[in-house]
Amino acid sequence: MSKKYKAIVIGTSAGGLEALVKILMPLPKDFSLPIIIVQHISPDSDNYMTQYLNSVCDINIKEADEKEKIKAGNVYIAPPNYHLLIEENFTLSLSNQEKVNFSRPSIDVLFETAAYAYGSTLIGVILTGANNDGSKGMKLIHNFNGLTIAQDPKTAYVDNMPLAAIKATKIDYILPLEKIAELLIKIHSGQKKKK
Amino acid sequence: MSNINIDNQNINLEISLLLEAIFNKYGYDFRNYSKAHIKRRILHRLSLSGLDNISAMTHKAIYDKNFASQILLDFSINVTEMFRDPDFYFFIRKEVIPILKTYPFVKIWHAGCATGEEVYSMAILLKEENLYDRTQIYATDFNAKVIKSAKDGIYSIKNIKDFTRNYQKAGGKESFSDYYTANYNSVIIDNSLKKNIVFSEHNLVTDSVFAEVNMIICRNVLIYFNRDLQNKVMNLFNDSLVPGGILGLGTKESLQFLEKGKNYNCIDLKNKIYRKKYNV
Repeated sequence: MSKKYKAIVIGTSAGGLEALVKILMPLPKDFSLPIIIVQHISPDSDNYMTQYLNSVCDINIKEADEKEKIKAGNVYIAPPNYHLLIEENFTLSLSNQEKVNFSRPSIDVLFETAAYAYGSTLIGVILTGANNDGSKGMKLIHNFNGLTIAQDPKTAYVDNMPLAAIKATKIDYILPLEKIAELLIKIHSGQKKKK
Repeated sequence: MSNINIDNQNINLEISLLLEAIFNKYGYDFRNYSKAHIKRRILHRLSLSGLDNISAMTHKAIYDKNFASQILLDFSINVTEMFRDPDFYFFIRKEVIPILKTYPFVKIWHAGCATGEEVYSMAILLKEENLYDRTQIYATDFNAKVIKSAKDGIYSIKNIKDFTRNYQKAGGKESFSDYYTANYNSVIIDNSLKKNIVFSEHNLVTDSVFAEVNMIICRNVLIYFNRDLQNKVMNLFNDSLVPGGILGLGTKESLQFLEKGKNYNCIDLKNKIYRKKYNV
């Protein structure tokens, strides 16, 4: 793990809220890698999920705003009914273009734009979910030599999404949720020591 | 540097050359749009086109007008629905209509109206509030094809269930089916809703003020622009709005970081509805 990572993207769908709690809750307050998340949600939902996650986690979690500069130590969640894109100048963009993989926000849209922006310094994480959104994005992250992580399908609430990603590309780590959190913390503290 | 990073740099260069060619040849300027959005649209078109690379697309766009017009359509923001975000229309009905009613005659500019669903939504609302007969709506979009279908007002019947639900949530007072005629797989909007609407081409990036208006609706358009272009368009809106005029934006758009933002009071934070101050 000699490489220095600059950002983490996470995609999840059915069963995602519980999975996100298990990954985000263990992260310490000084966890400085920005995390950008797409969770499939109904277009009518309010920002309950963001508020809930922010209330139970130590790190700062907020809904993504357009043109927002991605800052270390923040977690950004795609708003309902908007795609979340990452610009190559590391700001966030929103779009309400047509659904991708029947989803808006779509994980592929986030992951692909993140891969272009961060290249090999990106970590992509795919979690529980019922369709194959995110697998094209994971493939691009891998092609850019980023790190790919999938939730172990055996431990997923719904296994289609991690299975689709594992089928689509090389996944560097296939782990249960607790171990994913541990791995992210390990990567982060390894990078901090080197500074 | 790895090959894939060099490829990405080359792709970005090719994209900027394509945008330059479209601007120089056809006058449509996408150079200040969100780059991530434009890149996705171009790569999508590239994969459908069977062409080898973006430079080949540029060549084709210069020589083949139909291909260029397909790219313009790709760049259009054409996802919309009737009474999209019903809360927005509910607030307009409850809080904004009483303001508009104080004017003898009301002019509304719907900028970036796409295929017109939200224009007709506003017309329905104004009609139910007995204001439509003294209203003029200017509905504009940069894309000629899109404006044509807005003017036609023909929509797929499979959307009607969602539209009806939105209409009811937005505080609709009548039966939504009164506003359209169903014909096989489509519905056509009633002519009485069209009579005070002028549909026309207008490009927010390159065109200027054309009327003084009491309300501007421009929803989910600014999010596709970079900050410079957002400021430029906001100047255009500011010059078009009367003092005390209303500006309705998309749910995730805000005047907070724009230069002209200080000229406005937010009257509905959730739905991003603003009112221009009198003393600016």
